[in-house]
Amino acid sequence: MPNLLELDEVEARYGPVQALRGVSLTVNEGEIVAVLGANGAGKTTTLRAISGTVSRSGTIELYGKRLRGGPEAAARAGIAHVPEGRGTFVELSVVENLRIGAYTRRDRQVKSDIERVSEYFPWMLERGGQRAGTLSGGEQQMLALARALMSRPRLLLLDEPSLGLAPMIVREFFRTVLHLNENEGLTVLVVEQDARIALASSSRAYVLEVGRVALTGSSAQLQGDESVRRSYLGY
Amino acid sequence: MTPRQKQLVGFVAFAAFVVVVALLPAFISAFRAQQFAFVGIYLIALLGLNILTGYTGQISLGHGAFMAVGGYTTALLMVGNEQFGQTGALAIEGGMKDVWTIPIAGLVAGLVGLAFGFPALRLSGLYLALATFAVAVATPSAAKRFQEFTGGGSGINLFGVPELTAGLTPVEIFGRELAFNDWLYYLCWTVALVLFAGAWLILRGRTGRAFRAVRDSETAAVSSGVSLARYKILAFGISAAYAGVAGSLYTIAITFVNPDTFPIALSIFLLVGVVVGGLGQLGGLVFGAIFIHFMQIEWAQQMDAVVPDFLPIIGDIDTDTPGAPALAFGAVLILLMFFLPNGVGGIFRRAGQALTSWRYSRGA
Amino acid sequence: MLAAAFADFMQQVVSGFASGGIYAALALALVIIHRSTGVINFSQGEMATLCTYIAWTLTFNHGWSYWPAFVATLVFSFVFGLATHRIVIRPVERGNVLRVVIVTIGLLIAFNGFVVWQWSGEPKALQSPFGTDTIDVGGVVISWQDVGTILVTLGIVVLLWLLFQFTKLGLALRAAAVNPEEARLVGVRVSWMLGLGWGLAAVLGAVAGMLTAPTVGLDPQMMQPILIYAFAAAVLGGIDSPLGAVVGGLALGVLLNLIGVYVDFVGAELKLPVALLVIFVVLIVRPSGIFGRPEVKRV
Repeated sequence: MPNLLELDEVEARYGPVQALRGVSLTVNEGEIVAVLGANGAGKTTTLRAISGTVSRSGTIELYGKRLRGGPEAAARAGIAHVPEGRGTFVELSVVENLRIGAYTRRDRQVKSDIERVSEYFPWMLERGGQRAGTLSGGEQQMLALARALMSRPRLLLLDEPSLGLAPMIVREFFRTVLHLNENEGLTVLVVEQDARIALASSSRAYVLEVGRVALTGSSAQLQGDESVRRSYLGY
Repeated sequence: MTPRQKQLVGFVAFAAFVVVVALLPAFISAFRAQQFAFVGIYLIALLGLNILTGYTGQISLGHGAFMAVGGYTTALLMVGNEQFGQTGALAIEGGMKDVWTIPIAGLVAGLVGLAFGFPALRLSGLYLALATFAVAVATPSAAKRFQEFTGGGSGINLFGVPELTAGLTPVEIFGRELAFNDWLYYLCWTVALVLFAGAWLILRGRTGRAFRAVRDSETAAVSSGVSLARYKILAFGISAAYAGVAGSLYTIAITFVNPDTFPIALSIFLLVGVVVGGLGQLGGLVFGAIFIHFMQIEWAQQMDAVVPDFLPIIGDIDTDTPGAPALAFGAVLILLMFFLPNGVGGIFRRAGQALTSWRYSRGA
Repeated sequence: MLAAAFADFMQQVVSGFASGGIYAALALALVIIHRSTGVINFSQGEMATLCTYIAWTLTFNHGWSYWPAFVATLVFSFVFGLATHRIVIRPVERGNVLRVVIVTIGLLIAFNGFVVWQWSGEPKALQSPFGTDTIDVGGVVISWQDVGTILVTLGIVVLLWLLFQFTKLGLALRAAAVNPEEARLVGVRVSWMLGLGWGLAAVLGAVAGMLTAPTVGLDPQMMQPILIYAFAAAVLGGIDSPLGAVVGGLALGVLLNLIGVYVDFVGAELKLPVALLVIFVVLIVRPSGIFGRPEVKRV
């Protein structure tokens, strides 16, 4: 049984700047895997390479099948990418954000899914008509997550969800992600600046440095290793 | 190429151009000379518009209106409006020689431009484009409405009036006799070349740097102490003055002015000319002027034998079928925007860059 | 006496709504395109004119009856708009604003030239399905042409509203317009959505054209003043607000009609400058229009 996600020597560049110099990683079904590293290490670019938002070379396979094309193709293949800064449709309402999340689906259960999703976020049904731009940062992050769930994704990509949010909100967010992972078997690849909470919420982690994987191991291992924490993770 | 060397090339090119302009009338017919005079007029207008849009980053779709101000100023100063029944404070006697009206027309248009610059401060980008567009469309109707002042729909006629130099009899310059067309040619191009040099001087100095700062980043400009308001308004004033001079010369050239002389199409073509010539560049503007001159011809549907002689491409089009040349022009314009987004001036710049990197790569 | 004056007034209001409906349709087209691609399509009027000539050709040269020709023209206009976006606009829509403006100006010149070339500049007559009769409603005399115009424009606006608000496609269109990068991530093929927007805008333009031609006559310059009124309406209502475009168009139609009749100083020739004054004043006082959201400049 092939891995859910496999990256092999993936490279990516922004114009003349080489952002990824050969990243290899795997994600298995039902896992939460973290990608850590300093600013500019290539974490966000890794997610962009997977979702096809940036052009890349190298192999990216989903269940053994090569991923090609841009973001639209990745979405149809079952990848839900919550980008940096949440990317909620600020001009649309809360419910509309959820509905558009299900865009690639052709079944008739979208409506019941909205109800299912709002079991995790009851306020979304109550304030369904509210314009997403008027929500708080934390609420928008939750909305982005809920929207990603609406596509019934095989893989959820989270890009720096803690950015700009208060610590308490961040903890609640990761609690929800863990919850979803346990209950729904959601597979998650999360990129984070806040290594502490990322390691606490994941089973495995990769540490990137200048576009390459510098270190990998179980999250417990990395957490426990003080020298690793000091040199790579900043705490 | 070092900046010094680039400047030298520029000077040489300009000098060569001056020589070509000075000698051209000897080789072409009087009719062609008049055609080229119009190219010179458009060049002046494009210089002004480029200062505003190319260097200061403010889009104007209304420069035809400033040309109209200049044109009407010249006509009124030459023959006055008492013939239309205007009395009182707004009555103008006329009687000024055409040449002297030109700088006054520029000044008046410049003042109008300065005045326009104030409300324009609140607008930017497409909103400014729409506002200037509105002004340009409204101007002909306004001219029509105020009949006593402007002569209304029939406008002001300058044909055969004594204030028009070389109008009836050839004029003598430096011992040579010039008929109207040749005189017009030299007048327009002298003014054009002088104003070209003037624009160059303005733009290379502190003012030009401030303009570019406004265009490239308003916030950066403000934080470096550049007064946005002052330079935006100044840009409007200068560019309007240039347009006014162009309008003045245009009126002298066609020997009349009426509300339809400066329609909205002209304002649109001026913007096209500046983009085709190259925003933020002076070198390519002549090509922009030539381009819109022929566009004007097609638009006015003057099917002339002139066209095939200058532009072989267009010459292949059957000029007996109206509309087809316009279709071709529209297509050419679109293709230009695809392949030469920075206009002709962009080609010059790229050539300069290519030469610079070639020089450095040779290990000089 | 008063009743007669009131009847006159209502007649002007109704015909103002009719012309306003046409402005609203074209303004809505401008807004749809601006919202989705950020472009002001200066050629919207000429596109409408071209489509109207297609309708004319079908009815005049091929003997089609009106409504089949109408529908066929709408189909044509949709494809026309979509194709224009794909071929001409898509390569340049991401770049410099001025570059795209010039391209739409190029389209304006080209489409106008094409129309003159194919159909000559002579005015033609496009029949109207509404006839020239009038009906009397409590002393107010209204022409069927006006009634028909109001119904058609209202109908099309409502249909579009239903599309945008209640269908998956409409949601995708709106999402692609406001946040194209995000829309891609959820699987929306954004460039097709933008093309669709142009197609719908062209349909609106064709409707506006086919409703204008019977009253003012069909000639190549027919839509040019209408385009300016549409700009005024769009600016008045808010250049990114579809509701604003419709309300602005109707309001402008009524306003211009009433001013033209009741204010002596203005008369019929100054209708256009009044519209332009509206543009100008709105832009100075509140650039985002009545329904638009003021832009906050982010440093």
